[in-house]
Amino acid sequence: MHTDTAPPGTEAPAFYLDEDHAHESSTMLGFWMYLMSDCLIFAVLFATYGVLGRNYAAGPSPRDLFELPLVALNTSMLLLSSITYGFAMLEMEKDNVRTMQVWLAITGLFGACFIGIELYEFAHLIHEGATPQRSAFLSSFFALVGTHGLHVSLGIVWLIVLMVQTAQKGLIVENKRRLMCLSMFWHFLDVVWIGVFTFVYLMGVLQ
Amino acid sequence: MFSNPDLQKLVFGRLSLEDIPYHEPILQVTFAMVALGGLVVLGAITYYRFWGPLWRDWLTSVDHKKIGVMYIVLAFVMLLRGFADALMMRAQQAVAFGANEGYLPPHHYDQIFTAHGVIMIFFVAMPFVTGLMNYVVPLQIGARDVAFPFLNNFSFWMTVSGAMTIMASLFVGEFARTGWLAYPPLSGADMSPGVGVDYYIWALQIAGIGTLLSGINLIATIVKMRAPGMTMMKLPIFVWTSLCTNVLITAAFPILTAVLALLSMDRYVGTHFFTNDLGGNPMMYFNLIWIWGHPEVYILILPAFGIFSEVTSTFSGKRLFGYASMVYATVVITILSYLVWLHHFFTMGSGADVNSFFGITTMIISIPTGAKIFNWLFTMYRGRIRFELPMMWTVSFMVTFTIGGMTGVLLAVPPADFVLHNSLFLIAHFHNVIIGGVLFGSFAGVTYWFPKAFGFKLDPFWGKMSFWFWTVGFYFAFMPLYVLGLMGVTRRANHFDDPSLQIWFVIAAFGAVLILLGILSMIVQFVVSIRNREALRDLTGDPWNGRTLEWSTASPPPDYNFAFTPVIHDLDAWSDMKKRGYERPLKGYKPIHMPKNTATGVILGVVSIGFSFAMIWYIWWLAAATFATMFLVTVIHTFNYNREFYIPAADVVRAEGQRTSVMAGRA
Repeated sequence: MHTDTAPPGTEAPAFYLDEDHAHESSTMLGFWMYLMSDCLIFAVLFATYGVLGRNYAAGPSPRDLFELPLVALNTSMLLLSSITYGFAMLEMEKDNVRTMQVWLAITGLFGACFIGIELYEFAHLIHEGATPQRSAFLSSFFALVGTHGLHVSLGIVWLIVLMVQTAQKGLIVENKRRLMCLSMFWHFLDVVWIGVFTFVYLMGVLQ
Repeated sequence: MFSNPDLQKLVFGRLSLEDIPYHEPILQVTFAMVALGGLVVLGAITYYRFWGPLWRDWLTSVDHKKIGVMYIVLAFVMLLRGFADALMMRAQQAVAFGANEGYLPPHHYDQIFTAHGVIMIFFVAMPFVTGLMNYVVPLQIGARDVAFPFLNNFSFWMTVSGAMTIMASLFVGEFARTGWLAYPPLSGADMSPGVGVDYYIWALQIAGIGTLLSGINLIATIVKMRAPGMTMMKLPIFVWTSLCTNVLITAAFPILTAVLALLSMDRYVGTHFFTNDLGGNPMMYFNLIWIWGHPEVYILILPAFGIFSEVTSTFSGKRLFGYASMVYATVVITILSYLVWLHHFFTMGSGADVNSFFGITTMIISIPTGAKIFNWLFTMYRGRIRFELPMMWTVSFMVTFTIGGMTGVLLAVPPADFVLHNSLFLIAHFHNVIIGGVLFGSFAGVTYWFPKAFGFKLDPFWGKMSFWFWTVGFYFAFMPLYVLGLMGVTRRANHFDDPSLQIWFVIAAFGAVLILLGILSMIVQFVVSIRNREALRDLTGDPWNGRTLEWSTASPPPDYNFAFTPVIHDLDAWSDMKKRGYERPLKGYKPIHMPKNTATGVILGVVSIGFSFAMIWYIWWLAAATFATMFLVTVIHTFNYNREFYIPAADVVRAEGQRTSVMAGRA
């Protein structure tokens, strides 16, 4: 620090700016931090599944319940939606509002398919008696997968809001920033799902 | 009320007239006092025609200074509630021996100690530190506001919403009887079927959202909005500790959110995370809650360390000794605070290897903390110390906190902990560090920055009264608990059999009365200071001969904080500017870009109280309606793109001109 100190008696430097000092937007940094905090919520849910995931309480185990083909279909829906969101962002860069909205709509549809398949799976499990109340394994399974599904649903609502807003205002700076945030959110959920798919479904069936 | 029980259930959930405890005399008196106090406040606001300004300038304000002040007001109000609980407990324990059952039956006593802990941590200590950080950080880094001003207002209202929810439990239903961390299976649906734990859960969930968002907000502010030239190693030390605290908040509060969500699923849906049957594991809750809980205590203490550093260096008239080591110590504490959580339950039975790991990490934390103590001592050494009130709090902290730290190291030894676990020794230890550290720090901070916020100093006489009552009262109240703890007396008991213990509880109760006098002196101090404000007025904006940027602007600072963005050349920027003949610029003012106020935060806060209440009492239609409202209000808010405005240059010229003439008039 001491090297930073100007020797006494030197000419007083400028202590203020004459011009306006513009800060670059903090939104991206802030949103990253939000995502990391959200990631911690998933970390807790993963840890809970890791600890409680084999407490079947004489009830069904993953091998009895999970149907990998269905989950694979589900996973592909989400992965495709990430790709189409990427296409939407490319169109955003070119300022093509229309094409971007088409890609956003397709992304939303893939997301809705994902949620639909997940709800079908949940309904099926509950119908078979594998309810969240059956065992700690099922409690933690529904909590983890359900929280992810809730996030995706929220993402779809956000996506619709942004489609309306871009239709109203076009690709102004604020809207581009929001689209970037949703993009990060959407890809983040994709990454979390890879974890869910591997940790819960694949390793569950392998057991 | 309704002849049809189904209809009543549909409309009121499980809420019925019996849930209003109007037959309890203590609560009647409390309610009368709260209602009377509330009426006086509302009447005063109406009489002074303050509703308009209150709404426009305060409640809807996105100004970090206003929000900071409101946080601190909330903290003081809740301190009165939390301390009332403490007095009741001390009175009960002082008399409840042998045949005397005292005046608080267990089910009431248990609610009181739970509410005391929850309120003191979440709604006193947290608002104090968040408020001080909110007020001071942007000023110290030469910024005009935080990175996300609306979010800041929203965070504050979420905190208020949580506090109001807890207060509601006093008069409608009951509060949790579980202790401040609501351990399952006691807090599960089987053992605590009432609304108490649900009040706990929703108050903390809502307030937790606010805390998390304000953590993100302040990190972004510190990282992105520092004045030009202010590199990380030129940050004022309070900003450093704030940064570390907010990193801790962002990395710890999501865990609290998640674990409370799991507990609520156990209670509401009947899942088996923390139950004793069907594969649930209560120890999972212990681990998760303390992975949040231990960083939480550092969230509270780090800003206090920052305040003490600022105060010590200002009132010793010296640069802080060992700035770099102070920064590294803070960062090391930040990291280590995540590696010690298991010391809260050494008795869990995880084995000698696990216990020794966590015992050792816990002891290691005392090294950077000790380094800080020495840095403060060496700052004072050969300094020109002025024993103004903030400095007195600091000295009292250094003595008190060192004692608390040493008993902490004792507790960190697993074999000793097996004896002292859950005893009054532990209670004495954490009050020793939280009162001696966080609370004394907040008081030092409030007295130190009060003249900045309001333009006049606090009355020193009543401040010193308060200081001495608090300090002496603290020792009387908690030293006996160390003794009792070593004799094996456990916490949370409302009745004792052994009459030889009584004297210690009487001494502790006497200490609590001294602290009461300290709090009363503090209230008198505020009243007297406001009445004598002209005599206590500070026109310079720099009453303490301060060293950091907040003292370079007017007191109270204008909305825009700084007419021109400062440029930083050295640590202790303002001290450097004064030394090298800084001249305040008098012309060339430009319009200043500022965020607009918004009512969205208040609305969301109020509606979220309704939502919590509906969830607690199973009033599902209201829960759905309030949730939909919050959702809609949020979406509608995003359709408002017009969130900023310019303060015209003429207004800046007027404000700065006024300051020029004030300063000239003084000289």
